[in-house]
Amino acid sequence: MLTKRIIPCLDIKNGRTVKGVNFINLIDAGDPVVLAKQYAEKGADELVFLDISATLEGRKTTLDMVLKVAEQVNIPFTVGGGIASVEDVDVLLRSGADKVSINSSAIKRPALINELSSKFGSQCVVVAIDAKQIDGQWIVHLAGGSVPAQLNLFDWAKEVEARGAGELLFTSMDHDGTKDGFANTALSRLSSELNIPIIASGGAGTIQHFVDTFLIGKADAALAASVFHFGEIEIKDLKENLKRNQIEVRL
Amino acid sequence: MKVVIIDYGAGNTKSVQFACNRLGFEPLLSKDPEVITAADKVIFPGVGQARNAMNMLKTSGLDNLIPQLKQPVLGICLGMQLLCRSTEEGNTKGLGVFNVEVKRFSNTVKVPQMGWNTILNLESNLFEGIKNEAYMYLVHSYYAELCEHTIAQTDYDLKYSSALRKDNFYGVQFHPEKSSTEGAQILKNFLKL
Repeated sequence: MLTKRIIPCLDIKNGRTVKGVNFINLIDAGDPVVLAKQYAEKGADELVFLDISATLEGRKTTLDMVLKVAEQVNIPFTVGGGIASVEDVDVLLRSGADKVSINSSAIKRPALINELSSKFGSQCVVVAIDAKQIDGQWIVHLAGGSVPAQLNLFDWAKEVEARGAGELLFTSMDHDGTKDGFANTALSRLSSELNIPIIASGGAGTIQHFVDTFLIGKADAALAASVFHFGEIEIKDLKENLKRNQIEVRL
Repeated sequence: MKVVIIDYGAGNTKSVQFACNRLGFEPLLSKDPEVITAADKVIFPGVGQARNAMNMLKTSGLDNLIPQLKQPVLGICLGMQLLCRSTEEGNTKGLGVFNVEVKRFSNTVKVPQMGWNTILNLESNLFEGIKNEAYMYLVHSYYAELCEHTIAQTDYDLKYSSALRKDNFYGVQFHPEKSSTEGAQILKNFLKL
């Protein structure tokens, strides 16, 4: 059976991990390559690197990092952040990234999704959607969640699929950082209305939250950052718990 | 030993090259027929859309060369699918090494299949040291049916060929270069054939 995936997410600025990471026995907790290898050994199924560099120079450093990760890490990884063109994607894939994740640029110019999927294949095109509830409606936001777009989450998600996205990464801004669980009602609706895999993001705090997002939210994968980085949840422990709940995982 | 990765513009060549490097091999990337013919082992990767990839093979004149190769050849993902008779993707004629058709998964499951799934009924020296039901990383919307060349099966919607072999030709639907230590072992087994 296809297993549910556990995906640690690393924020990268100028080629270095940004948020504090609290692993034991790490020589350099700011080195994304060291961290990525560690996560691969701990049983992560995939990795996501989110580039939050603001400068061109910073982006170039990230490209070097992508190459080093591809050299040393034997599980798939996605790179997101600031990707706006076919050329941006081409250079990332050539550097060894398996998938790219686009967000604001897809909202500004939806045809980018078509261009990427026809040139590189749907399998490497992840569309990330940040959304929060306003007056009972799930409204998509862009620019790191700071600007509301005139888009409903479910309409946009269906359009993204129709344009050739291979996967959807949905972050609930209402749940992100709360450690209070994933947005399972919205996730489960996305999963039933779409036929591409859905990654749940935002709200992971406990092992039970992961169980719930797979069983109730019907997510195909779950992404989290701080609970993994600070060792609050060990991936092996998490997966053993998922298995006990009859959720198929790679152990 | 000379390992050549066919570089025809539709491949995750970098990842495959790095995976070989980690095993101590130094593969060449090439689309030069002479270089490919002279190799001890040939790896034929591929990601993207079948018809585009086949057109790129034709442009390089590799569509005639590949089926005639005599050394061990390993097709990966789309590379494996292009070695088949035909694929529903873009209604494309394949290289015809494996006499089997490649079809699209039905919409009763999520398409693409993306993630880790098990390989079963392993029947080849390619899988030496690999236990039945080992997990491999797969990303694909089309699958090769079960056939006389099947050497591994995977279950997604239905049982299909996750690996094929005919004579010196091997094909794997999964990505050994991205499938952790077990994937590396399979790649190593191929390079040591």
